Amino acid sequence: MVSERTILAGFGGQGVMLMGQLLTQAGMIEGKEVSWLPSYGPEMRGGTANCGVIVQAEPISSPVVEGNATSEIMMNLPSLLKFEEDLEPGGKLLINSSLISEKASREDVEAYYIPSSDIANELGDTRVSNMVMLGAFIEVTGIVEPESIFQALEEKLGLARAHLMDVNKEAFSLGAACVKEQRK
Amino acid sequence: MAKVLMKGNEAIGEAAILAGCRFFFGYPITPQSELLEYMSLHLPKAGGTFLQAESEVAAINMVYGAAGCGARVMTGSSSPGIALKQEGISYIAGAELPCVIVNMMRGGPGLGSIQPAQSDYNQSTRGGGDGDYKLLVYAPASIQEMVDYVQISFDKADQYRNPVLIAGDGVLGQMMEPVEFSSQKATDLPAKDWATTGTDGKRAPNVINSLYLDAEELEKHNIHLSEKYAKMKENEQRWESVGIEGAELVIVAYGTTARIARSAMDNLNKQGRKIGLLRPITLWPYPEKAFEELDDATKHLLVVEMSMGQMIDDVRIVNEGKRKIDFVGRSGGVIPSTSLVEEKILEILERSE
Repeated sequence: MVSERTILAGFGGQGVMLMGQLLTQAGMIEGKEVSWLPSYGPEMRGGTANCGVIVQAEPISSPVVEGNATSEIMMNLPSLLKFEEDLEPGGKLLINSSLISEKASREDVEAYYIPSSDIANELGDTRVSNMVMLGAFIEVTGIVEPESIFQALEEKLGLARAHLMDVNKEAFSLGAACVKEQRK
Repeated sequence: MAKVLMKGNEAIGEAAILAGCRFFFGYPITPQSELLEYMSLHLPKAGGTFLQAESEVAAINMVYGAAGCGARVMTGSSSPGIALKQEGISYIAGAELPCVIVNMMRGGPGLGSIQPAQSDYNQSTRGGGDGDYKLLVYAPASIQEMVDYVQISFDKADQYRNPVLIAGDGVLGQMMEPVEFSSQKATDLPAKDWATTGTDGKRAPNVINSLYLDAEELEKHNIHLSEKYAKMKENEQRWESVGIEGAELVIVAYGTTARIARSAMDNLNKQGRKIGLLRPITLWPYPEKAFEELDDATKHLLVVEMSMGQMIDDVRIVNEGKRKIDFVGRSGGVIPSTSLVEEKILEILERSE
């Protein structure tokens, strides 16, 4: 069965850690084996942030995603430069093309360019850039159902922020649409 | 109870509350601060007391006090913070009081780094403070196991009247995994008739103390402690072994490192190798009995640690020169990669062929 080992990276404030947690929780909701391992350091808003997520059927031994990633979500250029080499041949590389003008330097990976920050800004909420990427990611990998991501998000937002569900769902579907467009 | 996704540090906090812990004293330090944060929010709701002390030294002495009163009490820290607590831990062990100490190890020595490490093995198992004492030391390898061992730790602390140390690392503290909480508290624990709970004028005062001015009396106390440790050595060794039957090489690793080793083992076994894994769950008492299970076919042991090599000394002691022992590890906060372990194994096997 599929094992999706994903590195998610960007700068602090882009919702990278949350994106990883939603993916992990969605996997758990579906009864899959999951792990979420953050980098941690003297980090702050604007600093670097990354995490490794594993979603698979088999129990997870090493939770470290390094050199064996099957997919990556890169939200800014320093992340792409740092982690591109950790992707396995044939791996899926999702790039936030709003902030990264460079293309993937490797030809043995499947690259997608998602202008997630621009799409989020058009929706009037720059914070949902991560949900655009997550929508694109689920469209590419199919590792969990969109419904599971929404359920995870609903639990995360709670009642007080439930009104944010709609814009997040819209961001998610625009990200998915972006991938469909590129696959044509 | 349904599974929830939690950080290791937070899961320990919840497990402690469910295990009846009602006092927590600590001082924040990366990578274990979320344990304090969780306790500060949730322990008061359970009718308990959370207190951020002015220092680690103060925190461990508060633990000493609460334990002396018979309370279920916990403290947590990371490597340099645990180093500061050693004096208090020695006092608590000397006075035979139960408590649970959590160490989410980070790189050392000194202030070191804030990234994961296992370089407090010696501090944990040799008695980091003064005197002839031992801690019961558990080294879980997943968040679920960590949660299960919080309950076990409190019960064993009460059973033996001894501090119990949970030795984790930055990975186990910071990562999230699904976890299920269940409460299976031991029911046959002895009454805490030694605790300083107030005499009500009805009994002689209980005294909590680690000072003996008469040398022979202290020796008698040390012999008593020693007998207790012998009992722990007999009854409390725990380990997990995987695929050791007929293995050409067995990896010995604990905690996070055991998981990395397991990935390396699985990868190599898929290529036709026969590699096994022996994972100590108790670091003290060291699971010597586990080594009796090893196959005659096994000629090599590979110790993998997130340090320059500390547990390897215990492997040497129990091995008694029977098998060749190699070591691979990273330190300072660098996590050894699966491929590093695989390469080392292949190097060893090729050398001997």
